[in-house]
Amino acid sequence: MFLVLVVLMALFADVISPHEPAEQYRQFAKLPPAWKEGGQMQFFLGTDYAGRDMLSRIIHGSRLSLLAGAIVVVLSLSVGVFLGLVAGYRGGWLETTIMRVMDTIMAVPGLLLALVLVAILGPGLLNAMVAIAITYTPYFVRLTRASTLSELNRDYVTASKMTGASSTRLMFVSILPNCMAPVIVQGTLSFSTAILDTAALGFLGMGAQAPTPEWGTLIAENRDLILNAPWTVTFPGIAILLAVLAINLVGDGLRDALDPKLKRS
Amino acid sequence: MFRFLINRLMLLVPVFIGVTVVAFGFIRVLPGDPVEVLAGERGVSAEKRVEILANLGLDKPIWQQYFSYLSDVLHGDLGVSVKTNRPVVEEFFELFPATAELAICAIIFAIMIGVPAGIIAALKRGSKIDQGIMGISLVGYSMPIFWWGLLLIILFSNTLNLTPVSGRLSFLFDVDPVTGFMLIDTLLSDEKGSFLNALHHLILPTVVLGTIPLAVIARQTRSAMLEVLNEDYVRTARAKGLSTFRVVTIHALRNALITVVTVIGLMVAILLAGAILTETIFGWPGIGKWIIFSIFARDYYAVQGGLLLIALTIMTVNLIVDLLYGFINPRILHKKDKS
Repeated sequence: MFLVLVVLMALFADVISPHEPAEQYRQFAKLPPAWKEGGQMQFFLGTDYAGRDMLSRIIHGSRLSLLAGAIVVVLSLSVGVFLGLVAGYRGGWLETTIMRVMDTIMAVPGLLLALVLVAILGPGLLNAMVAIAITYTPYFVRLTRASTLSELNRDYVTASKMTGASSTRLMFVSILPNCMAPVIVQGTLSFSTAILDTAALGFLGMGAQAPTPEWGTLIAENRDLILNAPWTVTFPGIAILLAVLAINLVGDGLRDALDPKLKRS
Repeated sequence: MFRFLINRLMLLVPVFIGVTVVAFGFIRVLPGDPVEVLAGERGVSAEKRVEILANLGLDKPIWQQYFSYLSDVLHGDLGVSVKTNRPVVEEFFELFPATAELAICAIIFAIMIGVPAGIIAALKRGSKIDQGIMGISLVGYSMPIFWWGLLLIILFSNTLNLTPVSGRLSFLFDVDPVTGFMLIDTLLSDEKGSFLNALHHLILPTVVLGTIPLAVIARQTRSAMLEVLNEDYVRTARAKGLSTFRVVTIHALRNALITVVTVIGLMVAILLAGAILTETIFGWPGIGKWIIFSIFARDYYAVQGGLLLIALTIMTVNLIVDLLYGFINPRILHKKDKS
């Protein structure tokens, strides 16, 4: 439910947000939220150090976070599933090479690897997304490969081979749909983690750069203010928490629904 | 057992090589003139330039560069930090105990609260307590760690004035770094009150770093317990007249142990990633903060060396956890590796 809300919010950001996220009202800088004394209804969640309305920034940030999460998942899923299929199907040295590379990526903690990659590529939201996607790919590769291996022995595969189906057709049309269940579950999990990681990179200054209102960057910008103006830091964080929570709830639901069909491997 | 160990080590070798390739390639992929990049922003004198060029060996073919790098690594030489002019290895091992202490405390915290919570949730499945515990744990791993840390600082350090904001020990105390573990060193020193002070400084970072492992451990323990509680042998034990308590502790707990050890294995990488964020927030002088600062300061030798050493640490801990797991569950020691 909340997820629907967040998506709607992202789509209609321009329309519903009361102010321009980048517009600075210098005379109103550092206002507390409307319900505290000194606050104004006009700036419902207060303003940040430059006088920008928090609510608008958070609303616009939702777009960025959802977009980032979606792109990361699409990237890592497509590359990962493809590699996993190839590895499982072909076997041999190709499989070994792919799996060793994936093991190497997994040997380094995700955030650290993403940081290093962003250091190479340069800070920015796009680079952050690519870096994070690279760190998620091994999980999809492993999952798909495991499923592929167990599917390979099934009768329908042998039957297709006998009727002369080409390898590509076999891989994508026949085997792939049967591997999708755990991949979908992993996908939702990765979506929520991607939002957290994007925010973390933004917080560390390596992701979206100011004045882009990405939630993590918002927290970083206002970090100096946590004593005087704690609301500038609290609300973006709550936004992150709620969004990730919503996605995790959906993911849990999906897992429960798909579970009876999941083979316990 | 021995063959298992050898097996595992063999698997690690290609990964180790892979990580050295990443670390090696990382510096050479950076945009810009590598000498300028490595020398830092202060500019580079003629002698320094020659020295750096010799170090990098850029004139030699790339595979030769790689092998000289690899041999340096195997001899323990990971370069010198541009910022502090000290060997990277030295810096790493000086800061490592701080992170290790934090990580160990976080995991102990997570286990001490997570395992009982998971067990209770499993025993009272479907009740409000179960839903409450699972709800809290879901919130726990949906939170951004850095925000959680900031929130706790706002709450406990500012508003309630209960805990210190940063560092490992108040600067009023002067304690000799014997082991590097503040809790042990303060006990060894004769500064009164220093141990409590160190503990005080540890509370918030431990809670922050341990939240996600706690949530995961609680969930996994609950699943494992639920599976076990439905097994036939549990019903048999109950039918034989054993009290619920005995059944739970002896049989169910052993399975919980397996789960916990598995989860710890998964957690190491997450703990180290979380440490980066936690240490930055709490000004904790450990590896995480060091590597972030090195990345920002463009101290690339430090980053390269740090990357390698962190990966090595994770691989070592995973190996130990795998061995422990083999110990608890002897069946897997003799299974052929399928991966």
